[in-house]
Amino acid sequence: MQNKRSYSSKTIESRFEVLRVATAIGISLLVALLLITFASKQPLNALKWFLAGPILTMRNFGNVLELFIPLTFGGLSIAVMFQCNQFNMAAEGSFFLGGLGAGIIAVGIKMPAGIHAAAAIAVGALFGVVLCVIPALMKVKWKANEVVSSLMLNYVALFFGNYVLQYMLFDPDAGYNASHIFPRSVRLPVIIPRTGVHAGIFLAIIMVVVTYLFLYRTKWGYAIRITGQNQNFAKYSGIGVGSTIILSQVAGGALAGIGGATQVLGMYTRFSWTTLPGYGWDGILISILANNNPKFIPLAAFFLAYLRVGADIMSRRSDVAPEVVSIIQAIIVVLIAGKMFLDTYKHKMIVKNSQEQVKEGSLT
Amino acid sequence: MADADNVLVMENITKVYPNGFVANKNVDFSVRKGEIHALVGENGAGKSTLMKILFGIESPDTGRILLNGQEVRINNPSSAIKYGIGMVHQHFMLAPSLTVAENMVMGIEPKNWFLFDFARALQMTKDIAEKYHFDIDPKAYVKDLSVGQKQKVEILKALLRGAQILILDEPTAVLTPQETGELFVQLKELKKQGHTIIFISHKLREIKEICDRITILRDGRSVGEANVEEMSEQDISDRMVGRNVVLNIQKTPAEPKETILSIRGLSAVNQFGKNVLNDVSFDVRKGEIFGIAGIEGNGQSELAEIITGLRPYSKGSVKIKNVEIQNLSIRKIRELKTSHVPEDRMTFGIAGDASIEENLISDRYYKKEYNRNGLQKAKKISRETDSDISEYLVKCDGREQPIRMLSGGNIQKVVVAREFSSGPELILVDQPTRGIDVGATEFVRKQIVKLRDGGSAVVLISADLNEVMELSDSLIVLYEGEIVAYFPDTKNLSEQEMGEYMLGVKRMPPDQIGDVIHAK
Repeated sequence: MQNKRSYSSKTIESRFEVLRVATAIGISLLVALLLITFASKQPLNALKWFLAGPILTMRNFGNVLELFIPLTFGGLSIAVMFQCNQFNMAAEGSFFLGGLGAGIIAVGIKMPAGIHAAAAIAVGALFGVVLCVIPALMKVKWKANEVVSSLMLNYVALFFGNYVLQYMLFDPDAGYNASHIFPRSVRLPVIIPRTGVHAGIFLAIIMVVVTYLFLYRTKWGYAIRITGQNQNFAKYSGIGVGSTIILSQVAGGALAGIGGATQVLGMYTRFSWTTLPGYGWDGILISILANNNPKFIPLAAFFLAYLRVGADIMSRRSDVAPEVVSIIQAIIVVLIAGKMFLDTYKHKMIVKNSQEQVKEGSLT
Repeated sequence: MADADNVLVMENITKVYPNGFVANKNVDFSVRKGEIHALVGENGAGKSTLMKILFGIESPDTGRILLNGQEVRINNPSSAIKYGIGMVHQHFMLAPSLTVAENMVMGIEPKNWFLFDFARALQMTKDIAEKYHFDIDPKAYVKDLSVGQKQKVEILKALLRGAQILILDEPTAVLTPQETGELFVQLKELKKQGHTIIFISHKLREIKEICDRITILRDGRSVGEANVEEMSEQDISDRMVGRNVVLNIQKTPAEPKETILSIRGLSAVNQFGKNVLNDVSFDVRKGEIFGIAGIEGNGQSELAEIITGLRPYSKGSVKIKNVEIQNLSIRKIRELKTSHVPEDRMTFGIAGDASIEENLISDRYYKKEYNRNGLQKAKKISRETDSDISEYLVKCDGREQPIRMLSGGNIQKVVVAREFSSGPELILVDQPTRGIDVGATEFVRKQIVKLRDGGSAVVLISADLNEVMELSDSLIVLYEGEIVAYFPDTKNLSEQEMGEYMLGVKRMPPDQIGDVIHAK
C-alpha cells in the first residue's frame, strides 16, 4: 500500500516537472509569436526567419554554436553554485575576469602553441575562482548574504578589468579600446570553416561531463548537493558545511573563468571587453531551465542560443526588433521560477490520490 | 451535545500538504461558548494544522467552518480576526524595538489627522489591560519584557482586535511555573468575561487544571472529545498515543561494562538566556540502555545536541572514550564510533529531496572504502543500500526514490539504518519512535536492544514514559535541567513514581543521584 501511494505521488511529481518546463516554454513562444504577428507588417516572413533562420544556412547555424559555448559555461558555473543553494551572482564577474586573465597571458607571455592557450585558460580559471570565492568566504565567516556581496563584486571586477585594459594591455595602434593583438599560439582554432565555431566547443562539452561527474559521482559533489538540500542534515552528518560552500563557489568560479577565457581566445583577436559580457546572467536562466543538472545544461544553452540567433536574424530580415527574445526569456523565468505555477492542478491530483488512500484506510 | 451551544464547529476537515502528507483526516472539532477547550495530541498529530486552518493561515481541502451556526470562509488571518478569532503563536509576533502600546495597535493605529496618535494608543492599551486585569506597562519596550509579559501583550493584542475565540498554541512551553500560574489566573478571568479559549498543549496536568473539555487528535484524526473531568491523565495519554497495543519489549538483563560516555558538571544556556542544563553529571557504560526521562523542554534536547556536537558548551566536560569533545568537529565525534538518531528527523535526520541511497551514506560517503580515484564506488554503495533497505524493512520503490515520499515510519527506518549500520559503540537515540506507526516502533525498539546486546552503549531520550521505562536498563530523570532521580534498575518502577519526579514534586537526595557516576 505504501508502494502504491509513493508510486503515484512520484509519478505525479516527475510528470509535473517536465510539464512545467514544457508549458512554460510553450506559453512564452506562443506569446512571442502572437506579438510578432501583431507587430509585423509581414508576420509570416518574420516568423520564418525567427524559427527557421538559424538552420537555413551553415553560417547562421555556426552562430548558434558560437553562442552555445559561453552559454554552456555560464550555465555550468551557476548550476554548481545553485546545487549548494548558494545564489552567487559573481559568475558574471568571474566570466569577465576569466577573459581578462586569458588576455593578460595571451599578450604578456610568449609560449609555444597549445601550451600558451592552456596556460591562458588556466589563469582565466584562477581569476574566476578568486572573485567567486570572496562572497563564499564572507558568507561562511560573517554570514554576509552572498547575493548582495556578489552583485556588488561584479562592478569591482569590471572596473578592475577596465583599469588593466587601459593601463597595462592597451594598444594605441588598435584604433579602439583594445589590447595588443593575440599571437597565433594562444588562439583557439576554428573547427568549422566559414563559421566562428572554435575548439572551445570541445572544452565546453568536456566540462559538461566533468561537472556532471563531479556533482554526481564524487564525494565533493555529494557534499555540495547534500549541503544545498539541507544544511542542518549536512552538519549533523559531519559534513563540513563551510568548506563545502567554499568548494562549490571555487568550482563555479573556475567554470565561469574558463568560459570567459575560452570566449576571448576563441572569438577575438584582442581583449576588448569594457562591459560585463552577460553570460553569467544567462547562466542563471539556463541553470533554472536545466533544473541545475549539468546533464541538461547543453540542451538549455542550445535552446537559448537558437532563440537569440533566430531573433537576431529576424531583426535583420524583417521589421521586428530582436528584443522579442527578452520577452520569451522573461516569461519562461517567471513561469518556471514561480513555484506555484500549475501547483493548484498538481495539488488537486495529490489530494485526490491521498483521499482515495484515506478511504481505503491504507494511509495510517 | 447541544449544537446551539457551539460557538465554533469545524466539520470534516481534511488538509493535504503539497508533498502528499495528510495532516488532517476528516476531523470534526467543536467548541462551546465560554469554555476552555484543550486540543491535545503528539507532535505531528495535526493540532497546529487544524488551528492554522481556523486562523486562515492554511486552507482546508475539504470541510467547512461554522461560527455561531453560520458557515464562514476564513481565507487569511485578517478575516479570522474580523470573525473574532485571535491566535497567540508559540513564537511571538512582536516588534522588539517598539513599545507595548505601539505593538498593541499595530495595523489598527489610531490617527490624529494623518499622524500616529501615540497618546491614544497608550490609553487604548491601558483601558484593555484594566478591563482584563492585566498588569502591563504600555510605555515599556517589548525587547525589555520577560517572556511571560510578551505573552500578555500578545493576548491583549488579540483582545484589542475583538477576539472572542482565543487560540493559545502551547502557551506554557516557554513559561516558568510562576508565570504559568499567573497565565492561568488570567485565562480564568477571560473565561468569566465570556471569552472562549482553545488551549493547545501536551502537558496533561495543566489541562486537568484549567480546561473544561478536550479534543484529542492522533495521526491527523480526532480520536475523542470529552469533558476533562471524566478523563484521567492516563486516559488522555492512552488515547493520545494510541497505546492500546502494549509493546512488551523482550530483553535480557543488561551486562554493563566499561564507561564510554562521561559527563561532569555540564551547564548550558539557551538562546533566551534561560538556564537549560545545570551541573549535570553522569556516566554511561557499554552494554546498557541508559534512559533520560523527563517532560519535554527540561534540557533533554540540549543535552543531546551537546553530546553529538551540534551545540557548543562552555561549562563542564563531556568525554567520549576519555576524549574531551568540546573542540571536536561533528565528523571527529562520529569517528569515535558514535552515532545519533535525532529528535527532529525531518530537519536533521534526512535531506528530503535526496534519494534513500544518498540519505544512507551521509555519514560515510567520504571514507576511503567508498572512493576510488576520486570517484565514488557506485556499485558498492548501491549494494550496501539495497541490503540496508531489506534488513531494516524500508518499504519503498527502490534506493533511487526521494526519501520525502516515504511515510514517517519508513523515513525513521532509513535514519536508524544509517546510524545503526555504522557499528556505533555509543549511540544517542532521541525520541526514536515519535509519530511513527506501531509496526515501525516495534522494529526500532528491537534494533535498539540488539545493538545493546552487541555491546554498544545506548542513550535513550524519550518523552514517551512507557518507552523509556520499558526499554532502559537504568535511567535518570531530568527536571528543569537538573538530574532529580537516578534508577540503576528500572524493574520495579511505577509510572506514578516517575511522574512525581518528572513534575518536580519529588527529588532524590544528592548521594543517591551520585550513584550514576561509575568511574571515579
